[in-house]
Amino acid sequence: MRRAFFETLTEIACQDERIVLLTGDLGFMAVEGFQDRHPSRFFNVGVAEQNMVGMATGMAKAGMIPFCYSIIPFVLLRPYEFIRNGPVMHRLPVRIVGVGAGYDYGNNGFTHHGTEDLAVARVLPGMVVLAPADSAQMRSMLRQTWAQPGPAYFRIGRDDRPVMPGLDGAFDADRVALCRAGDAVLILTLSSIAPDVAVAASLLAEDGIESTVGVVGQLSPPPRDHLVELLSSFRLVVTVENHSIDGGIGSVIAEILAEENLNCRLVRCGFRIQLDGRTGRTAYLNQRQGLSPEALAASIARAHRGPL
Amino acid sequence: MRKTMVTGKAIRELILEHSYRAGVGHIGSNLSIADIIATLYSQFLNCADSDAKECDAFILSKGHAALALYAALYLYGDISRESLDTFCQDGTRLGVHPEYQLRGVEFSTGSLGMGLSYAVGMALALRLQDRGRKVYVLLSDGECNEGSTWEGAMVAAHQGLDHLTALVDVNGQQALGYTREVIGNAAATPRWSAFGWDAVEVDGHDVAAMAQAIRRPRDGRPRVLLCRTIFGRGVSFMEGKIAWHYLPVDDTQFAQALQDIERLA
Repeated sequence: MRRAFFETLTEIACQDERIVLLTGDLGFMAVEGFQDRHPSRFFNVGVAEQNMVGMATGMAKAGMIPFCYSIIPFVLLRPYEFIRNGPVMHRLPVRIVGVGAGYDYGNNGFTHHGTEDLAVARVLPGMVVLAPADSAQMRSMLRQTWAQPGPAYFRIGRDDRPVMPGLDGAFDADRVALCRAGDAVLILTLSSIAPDVAVAASLLAEDGIESTVGVVGQLSPPPRDHLVELLSSFRLVVTVENHSIDGGIGSVIAEILAEENLNCRLVRCGFRIQLDGRTGRTAYLNQRQGLSPEALAASIARAHRGPL
Repeated sequence: MRKTMVTGKAIRELILEHSYRAGVGHIGSNLSIADIIATLYSQFLNCADSDAKECDAFILSKGHAALALYAALYLYGDISRESLDTFCQDGTRLGVHPEYQLRGVEFSTGSLGMGLSYAVGMALALRLQDRGRKVYVLLSDGECNEGSTWEGAMVAAHQGLDHLTALVDVNGQQALGYTREVIGNAAATPRWSAFGWDAVEVDGHDVAAMAQAIRRPRDGRPRVLLCRTIFGRGVSFMEGKIAWHYLPVDDTQFAQALQDIERLA
């Protein structure tokens, strides 16, 4: 999704001179297009993410729309207080753009993994939290949201290639994007693990379990009315996220189910264990958390059979 | 425009009066910057001279000294006496630390180490927009413990932001002790020079000297004034005493403090 993000940002920046791009010295083979096209609005501020967000706050105060780019823990967690006291408190249009959702950075290890970002981003008041499922949705999302007045966090997948079947780049902040229809179970997901969820849904269909698969591209504020409508018509919902089981989409759905008193059972799939230092590719790490397409299909089928 | 009314002495009187009324501390830190604030508001910040959007920007990075800023804003005419009198009352916009919703305050501060980054971003954006606005930021010396301050310092020098002026209130004290005992040399002049700044040492209670140091021709580097100040300046029993980072004044101390201020030149 990186390529889609930077290509789209480069195009939008041709229309709007307020857009500036700041990077904490990352983005090789990704930022160059913007840099070549808009050299005066590209700033590599060095490996110093706190100052990057502080600068972006100052720039936004002066009327610009700054995008701050780095790997998720570096751009969101390191400068978290700068984000809170800066664009959040001042309600400024700073964009925090984190690449590497979940285990996208695979064998680069824990320091590079985005495993609790949705949780900490969505508790910030006024922060719009966006997590595209593939490159086409990334483009739609950026085109629809770049000029919004307040702050936003983009959780971007590292890989450009995966495509979420049935999504066709759809994004509407007020709607869940439905990619597959079925009566047995509602599966809600987001971000770069979505294509794996589509595979799991196909495996389930081979076993006669037809699912509705929805992508919640904007986690905060969530498309609440549409979620309530969907949850009201299913007896089982399964959430799948490449993120801690706590604080992400599973938690959002749990909150809505409880507050609306809906009669729908929830099964949350996400990161439940702290890894032990053994590393590997994204698929290996997801599999260790029980999030391979096969393991997901098995979990959902088990839930469909009924509570343990 | 009431620039001539913004003096260190007038600011000090207001600091004492309002911290006494509200029963809050940070008096020493407020008193040490009174002359720096007076310099900026009497000679540089041009908010009342022109369209508000185009006035120079001032960021109080050491937000715990907001009362000195409120005093200047009142003397300058930006806020009313009634508004100033709400300092630290329930529902006020004038808390211990400043909030940007108050006219004349660019950024809410209070967490140290953020203001220089805000200033660098503003200065860069204003240069991109070719608007000719200048940016001033006031830091504490304790704040120079923060790594982010030096991240901002590096970028400001690298970008050649010579319309940016940082002023460091070198009062030699921080929350739990003297700066030399906590992390020595954090605000030293050679350190700023080594980071690529045009660093000038100046008496932080000498308005004319600070004004001259700000006006000196620029050479492409951002400028920092290391303003040597006395914590609690003007009140005999507060000067150089750590406790006045925290304590409010009682009736007797208030009367004594006002007498001391009256004797200041």
